Amino acid sequence: MKIAVCIKQVPAKDAPLRIAESGTWIRETDIGFEMNEPDSFALEEGLRLKEKHGGEVVALSMGPERAKQVIKEALAKGAERGIHIADDKFFLLDPLGSAKSIAAALKKENFDLILTGLQSDDQGFGQTGVLLAELLGLPHATIIMQIELQGQRLKLKRELEAGWFQWVELPLPAVLTIQSGINKVRYASLKGIMAAKKKEIAVVTRESLGTADQPTQRVERIYVPQKAKKTEFIDGSPKEAAAKLIEKLRHEARVL
Amino acid sequence: MAVTKMKILVITEQREGKWNPVTSEILVAAQQIAAAQTGSRVTAAVLGKGVRRLAEELAAHQLAEILLLEHDLLERYTPDGFTLALRQAIAQSEPDLVLLPHTYQVRDYAPKLAASLGKGMIADCVGYRAEKERVVFIRQMFQGKTAADVSFAGAPPWFVSFQAGAFRGDQIARGSAAAPITPISIELKAEQIRTTPLELFREAKQAVDLTQAPILVAIGRGIKAPENIPMAKKLAELMGGELAASRPICDEGWLPMDRQIGSSGQTVAPKLYLALGISGAIQHVVGMKGSRTIVAINKDQNAPIFEVADYGIVGDIFELIPALSEALEKK
Repeated sequence: MKIAVCIKQVPAKDAPLRIAESGTWIRETDIGFEMNEPDSFALEEGLRLKEKHGGEVVALSMGPERAKQVIKEALAKGAERGIHIADDKFFLLDPLGSAKSIAAALKKENFDLILTGLQSDDQGFGQTGVLLAELLGLPHATIIMQIELQGQRLKLKRELEAGWFQWVELPLPAVLTIQSGINKVRYASLKGIMAAKKKEIAVVTRESLGTADQPTQRVERIYVPQKAKKTEFIDGSPKEAAAKLIEKLRHEARVL
Repeated sequence: MAVTKMKILVITEQREGKWNPVTSEILVAAQQIAAAQTGSRVTAAVLGKGVRRLAEELAAHQLAEILLLEHDLLERYTPDGFTLALRQAIAQSEPDLVLLPHTYQVRDYAPKLAASLGKGMIADCVGYRAEKERVVFIRQMFQGKTAADVSFAGAPPWFVSFQAGAFRGDQIARGSAAAPITPISIELKAEQIRTTPLELFREAKQAVDLTQAPILVAIGRGIKAPENIPMAKKLAELMGGELAASRPICDEGWLPMDRQIGSSGQTVAPKLYLALGISGAIQHVVGMKGSRTIVAINKDQNAPIFEVADYGIVGDIFELIPALSEALEKK
């Protein structure tokens, strides 16, 4: 099976975010980046399918030079090769624009299966996988918790809301978005890290893909959200704060 | 995006003849946006098989029209079936704005529907701002750490989904007369649908019903290791509540799935919700923001959880959990 996994590099979970001068993105200096967590589950699922059924895994990421790091991580974990869509202005793209670039890069090869995480922890569009399916003319299913290959078809466990699930079937080739928690993500081995150095990362650009187009939407500004509630912060030592909180819950909020 | 007199189409959601409760919320969103732009009209679409009764239930609301999309192949949801059917309704009603609830089902087909028309979608919005001749939509980014104002470029239709809880369903306006129901004839063939939907099921043996618990003590990534869970459990017991968790804790298998709060788990509204080491990602907050009193303890003073908290302590949960237990044991 020829599998593509789309992975995104996002700010590290504990990175202190500050808004850039432009007001439409964050300041990228002084913060760490990591593989988008839902995508790391998609990568793991791709690797497991390859190990079980044979084939290759290609890791694709779009972003500035720094995004190469998550491709290297994927190669170290066992992906065969990488595709980097080098794009310093990726954050100005709308969901459809992003998906058009990725679809153009994927279209050149006939993948049997394209995997993405269900959404990114930065922009959080949650649309890329579904849009890729539409742009490539493929069937799709989202928020997948289990994949079973049955000949040229997939049997999939979709997560629905409030604890419900559904089995669905669809033919290959297809696009799936993977839910976090579907598997236990592996660590890269030292051997894997060494092997990754010899693996190929093809670099393409939006221009070379010919996908520059008009955005359907524009982020006008980003900002720290206004608080929905006025939070009363309680300070003091842990012991003092705990006593004050219990007091307030008993006599002010009257919920204890 | 310059608009006045907007035609708004709301896509309602039902499963097996039962409304998804977010349907009222999205109707309220449409009614409020329409009220801000004089001369606007709101139409609601109902899709499925044998759903005329549901369309009739909607007729009492203040709506210009209800579109009824019925077809045998719409009995069970498929992304292909819903996309093809809704494209026909959109072609016929020519809306400027298509509003949807941000459910798992909508996430599965709405971007495809919009893209199939060459249009974009602003997803998971939490609000909007009506300005002169335009509407700006507000959504969250960076897991709720920032908000973003987003506007449409280019020609309609524009697609928008709103997060559950962004509007209050009980504010729905009643109409002075019953809204007319217009059946739309849908052309759909079985071979156009590539996905085969199979059975729906619930997996978790519901050992505990958190929706009934008056007090919940919820743990997140900040708990760090399963060995630390007993101290939170003890605190929950001392408070007379149940232990709950955000998704990563259940993904790790540290607590069973029936303890999970959030969009993929339970939606709860206890009288007291104590969030320990939970950052407050959107997916978690939608499941608990209706709680009467929310307390958040987190080492990061900028954690989004504090936005919904009534009381907050910026500090180390490993110091505060024992301190709280001790304070409760004293009395």
